[in-house]
Amino acid sequence: MGATHMKTMPISEVVAMIPDGARLMVGGFMGVGTPERLMDEIVRQGKQDLTVIANDTAKPGTGIGKLISAKLVRTAIVSHIGLNPETQQQMHAGTLTVELVPQGTLIERIRAGGFGLGGVLTPTGVGTVVEEGKRKIDVDGQDFLLETPLRGDFALVHAFLADYLGNLSYALTARNFNPLVAMAAATVIAGAEHIVPVGLIAPDHVVTPAPLVDYLVANA
Amino acid sequence: MLVNLGIGIPTLVANYVPADLHVFFQSENGLIGTGPIPEAGMAHPTLTDAGGRPVTALPGACTFDSAISFGLIRGGHVDMTVLGGLQVDQKGMLANWMIPGKMVPGMGGAMDLATGAKRVVVAMQHAAKGKSKIVKQCSLPLTSVRPVDLVVTELAVITFPGDRATLSERAPGVSIEEISKATEAELVIPQQVPEMTL
Repeated sequence: MGATHMKTMPISEVVAMIPDGARLMVGGFMGVGTPERLMDEIVRQGKQDLTVIANDTAKPGTGIGKLISAKLVRTAIVSHIGLNPETQQQMHAGTLTVELVPQGTLIERIRAGGFGLGGVLTPTGVGTVVEEGKRKIDVDGQDFLLETPLRGDFALVHAFLADYLGNLSYALTARNFNPLVAMAAATVIAGAEHIVPVGLIAPDHVVTPAPLVDYLVANA
Repeated sequence: MLVNLGIGIPTLVANYVPADLHVFFQSENGLIGTGPIPEAGMAHPTLTDAGGRPVTALPGACTFDSAISFGLIRGGHVDMTVLGGLQVDQKGMLANWMIPGKMVPGMGGAMDLATGAKRVVVAMQHAAKGKSKIVKQCSLPLTSVRPVDLVVTELAVITFPGDRATLSERAPGVSIEEISKATEAELVIPQQVPEMTL
């Protein structure tokens, strides 16, 4: 087996693959665990009309906030926008559509998308505005909302370690959405703090298996 | 005991845990074992709380992804959550995530927490801008239809036996009359309402 197969690519080439209007799933929680260099390159290449699926839109100057500030996002499917005034501004101005999803529901919809499930049943949101337009299903006397899977064209993942094959492991609170989006998109682009030789990430410590990762962004 | 503290007033709860009580604090962004704010210069950019602020992790801490985090929350593994509130009504319904047309930050993890935690505590001010936050019926969008278990304000402790808001304790030096006047909801008021022991 070619255990030394390297999959790194220069960042400009990787991002050039992303068309305008693409549906991006982006890891990160308030910017922690978001691949910042990929954000910068998307801004630099001026992608337009993007759909972003993520926990939140961070703050101006951080993570997905950079895409918001550059007005590249047409639709955001997120759980929280309270800490980015520019997101709220664009939403009120009508230039940005924001679909607010409870965080647990959002992560489960992404998981369902990645795990080949037709949907998930969750009690969260029953009896609130969240239930509007959705099927409500009774299971043994308890109501659940049927929430449908989310999939993306590209997953933009930030890992702590990536080995040359593309196995990924994560650090601390930078993990969050990353392992889930890494399964739910057609093309997975990962950046890592450290790209290390195969064998440095022990089998038990790999969180995202190499076959899931399509492109690894070269560091510098 | 696994506890999740919402942002704002609830975070202060961590400062008052007795030394002999071991509590695991969960941050919904993927950490159990959240510790105090780090000293200046000791913050790490990948160790943060759900508000994105640096935290420390206590010995024995663990990290996990968001699906597991919300599995813990929705699956009833969090023993207690302390949340902020905009309104709580006399049936224990909580509204804490949106003021239509004015404040639309998104619900984040609030709905999952209010729905899934074993015990839901609301820590909030009794009134805002002169208006009682403990209301007859929530006019703001609900966070959940699961009734909260306890409301603590600077004036009172309110419980919900039989799904009816009941005055359980008074803040030191605060009279029942003061609390009634400050509360829009119809509170069940027992014969004796003890003072909080602080």
